[in-house]
Amino acid sequence: MNDFLAMGGYAEYVWPSYILAIIILVANIVAPMLQRNKTVTDIARKIRRARNEQK
Amino acid sequence: MIIRFFHNMGSPRYFYNVAGKMIPWFMTSFLILLLAGLYYGLFDSPPDYQQKDSVRIMYIHVPAAWMSMFIYVVMAVSGLISLVWRIKITEIFVISSATVGASFTFLALATGSLWGKPMWGAWWVWDARLTSELILLFLYLGIIALHSAIEDKRVAARAVSILALVGVVNIPIIHYSVEWWNTLHQTASVTKFDKPSMDISMLIPLLLMALSFKLYYGAVVLMRARAELLERDRNTRWVLEMVERDVK
Repeated sequence: MNDFLAMGGYAEYVWPSYILAIIILVANIVAPMLQRNKTVTDIARKIRRARNEQK
Repeated sequence: MIIRFFHNMGSPRYFYNVAGKMIPWFMTSFLILLLAGLYYGLFDSPPDYQQKDSVRIMYIHVPAAWMSMFIYVVMAVSGLISLVWRIKITEIFVISSATVGASFTFLALATGSLWGKPMWGAWWVWDARLTSELILLFLYLGIIALHSAIEDKRVAARAVSILALVGVVNIPIIHYSVEWWNTLHQTASVTKFDKPSMDISMLIPLLLMALSFKLYYGAVVLMRARAELLERDRNTRWVLEMVERDVK
């Protein structure tokens, strides 16, 4: 296991590459989810407000 | 039937629903191939006879660099379609692709740097391959900046499409840079008109990762496009009806 983590002495170059890749991949999935949720919440709020005004 | 599919895809509501159904399939197949690629890349492939274990950076670096160019071409083609036919969905594809493309370009440059330090002794050299890839990053960032600077999103889409089309000349320059100029960066081992000069044990993880990144792009570009479409169509009937159903 330690041999594996050591990457033949190249651990400080190999692991940052993989970690950076994972961070970038996850960020690109999360960002559009947040963006869409925000838009849906905004629209829902407007609809509720419009309904309350009608009453 | 195919024609009808494309015709329907032009309708924002139809696109939104179909894309929503496609995303989980892309995501699942991406994850399966990613795990397989990581397994072969990290555990079940030999260290390089010269570069030892640092060669494992290749399984991220090369697929990311391929994606940076692949996404650019998809974006430029969407831009061309947008300019000619003024289709809203392809306009959205241009800007949705730009963010993912910029991410992969950055990843290719960063992992290249992490690979360059132990192999070449430098984080960065101004050779043709690295410089043209850096220009690609600036093109992506320019497209994102231009899009956010223009208020009217239809006008923004046209401006961005033109920029994307002009920038497409950079793609063959990146690809052939290692042949046209004397670069420190090595020449192609896989994407050439000859048999790949790489052992099958390294080719398998490389191609698995490359395919998984393509599927990932499929999922993420659709997610972005849906979010973008919803925002742009927020005052239209189909969006209001859809959200209204969920508002109690």
